[in-house]
Amino acid sequence: MKTKVVLKLGDDISTDAIYPGRFMATVLPSETPQYAFIDYKEFNSKLISKQIAPNSVIVANNNFGCGSSREQAASTLKGWELIIIAKNFARIFLQNSCNLGLRTIICPDIEANENDELEITEKEVKNITSGKKFAIEPLPKARQAIIDAGGLIAYTRKKLMEKAAAV
Amino acid sequence: MGKTIVEKILAKATGQTSVKVGDVVEPLVDVAMSHENGALVINQFLEVYKGTELEPKVWDPSKIAIIFDHRVPAESAKTATNQKKIREFVSAQGITKFHDIRGDQGGICHQILPENGYIRPGYIVVGTDSHTTSHGALGAFSFGIGATEMASVWTLGTVLNVEVPGTIKVIVTGELPKFVSPKDIILNLIGKLSAQGANFKVIEFHGNTIRKMSTSGRLVLCNMAVEAGATSGIVPPDEETVRYLREEAGVKDKLDMIVPDADAIYEQVVEIDASKLTPQIACPHTVDNVKAIDKVSGVKVNQIVIGSCTNGRIDDIEIAASILKGKKVAEGTRMLIFPASWKIYKEAMTRGYLMDLINAGAMIMNPGCGCCLGVHQGALGDKEVSLSTTNRNFKGRQGNPNSDVYLCSPAVAAASAITGEITDPRIGVN
Repeated sequence: MKTKVVLKLGDDISTDAIYPGRFMATVLPSETPQYAFIDYKEFNSKLISKQIAPNSVIVANNNFGCGSSREQAASTLKGWELIIIAKNFARIFLQNSCNLGLRTIICPDIEANENDELEITEKEVKNITSGKKFAIEPLPKARQAIIDAGGLIAYTRKKLMEKAAAV
Repeated sequence: MGKTIVEKILAKATGQTSVKVGDVVEPLVDVAMSHENGALVINQFLEVYKGTELEPKVWDPSKIAIIFDHRVPAESAKTATNQKKIREFVSAQGITKFHDIRGDQGGICHQILPENGYIRPGYIVVGTDSHTTSHGALGAFSFGIGATEMASVWTLGTVLNVEVPGTIKVIVTGELPKFVSPKDIILNLIGKLSAQGANFKVIEFHGNTIRKMSTSGRLVLCNMAVEAGATSGIVPPDEETVRYLREEAGVKDKLDMIVPDADAIYEQVVEIDASKLTPQIACPHTVDNVKAIDKVSGVKVNQIVIGSCTNGRIDDIEIAASILKGKKVAEGTRMLIFPASWKIYKEAMTRGYLMDLINAGAMIMNPGCGCCLGVHQGALGDKEVSLSTTNRNFKGRQGNPNSDVYLCSPAVAAASAITGEITDPRIGVN
């Protein structure tokens, strides 16, 4: 898939940065996207005015999504169908993302700037602009299993039906 | 081969003789806690049942805990409506561990759970709150999950796809100097490990300082383990755990004292000499930006916050009251006290601490989380500085991205309230 970097971030981007606590009374995945990165005013207004295409990429360094367990941080980005490429992710955020189907890519050596063109394959991220290639680290197998099952709602529903059938 | 405490707890919770790091397991849950975000859990829970023709019924209403604490009393119609929706669900499902907005039962979830005897050694505890790590203080494997994951727990009674985590052993020895507290130990550790140093791992606390520490202090350590990225912090249960559960939490039944093997395998060992520690400050805007207090003394402070799930217990309020008794909060500085529960509030009132703090100029707020995460009470103005005993200082955390939050112990917060600037209680208090 060919795509583009729309936001470049550093280390330790917290869930307070992605989805500030003051909007946490809004919970439904259908209502959270409007507050994505709302304190990054320019980026948020680009999202709201639909200047950012689905499958656009946010690139970050280490520990993306650290802090709160608030699932809004994943649902708000999922709502815009963004892809997050980071050197690594904080545990709860990564789990929430896999549960909800937000695409997260662990790419420990990623180098990319805003507006760089990327090509993402199963194994690597190619930065078309710089010509460099970066290996993708597979997601933890327990998370991949949930993605393969179609997300945690579908996976839980399947388990529930198996349980109900066994009674 | 020896096992860590979490390997042993997960083996028990999955009915296996043993598990090892990296295994994917599905442990049975003993306590599943949510707060106001229960509104989202309910939404996702009903989503699971959609199209199944089964009646949505939680797996065990006696194991679900719901505590209103993040926005109490409701700050907006939206929150009040979420709380109403949760109340109706609690009633319809027969959920028993429900703590409403009431002075005779309410408080912050991470205080309510231990205080009411809901946590036991060896339990699997999950919560839709990252500071669920707190309950490792009583020897439980306790960790934060998202709302959809909680909906899955409510449905099945297990956590799906848990990878058995590796463990970092932290050994704390020596006596804490005067005005140096468990908060300074954990801030120091987070500074050493970094904000992601324990990501996907558990921190097991050992050493004679921990053995002598009260459960209140252990809750501080485990509470903030997540700020180093840890899945959980945990203190192997001992005599103090039994004392707390029997005397303070009213637990009468038999306890399963699961402890790690002496030859357990750890991924890393970190040693801290408590006797050499000084008061520590986490500076803006990351919790691992930790400095010894002498590096930041003198920074002007507009708001002092003592409280939260981290440092809102009776010993925290006691030290603040002892420092502020007969003194005054500096002009131009406001001071907010958030006891962690109404039980603590009442105890602090009975002991006269609240009167001492009010007379000094502090405001006593109702127990709740709102200020810590910037959703309710105590928002900061542009370019203002907060010095807070809470657990996070991310940009915007206390409600304003154009403000600074410093984190510290209750003794530092109280000493700084008098001067209006960051002050070392070892020097500033006589």
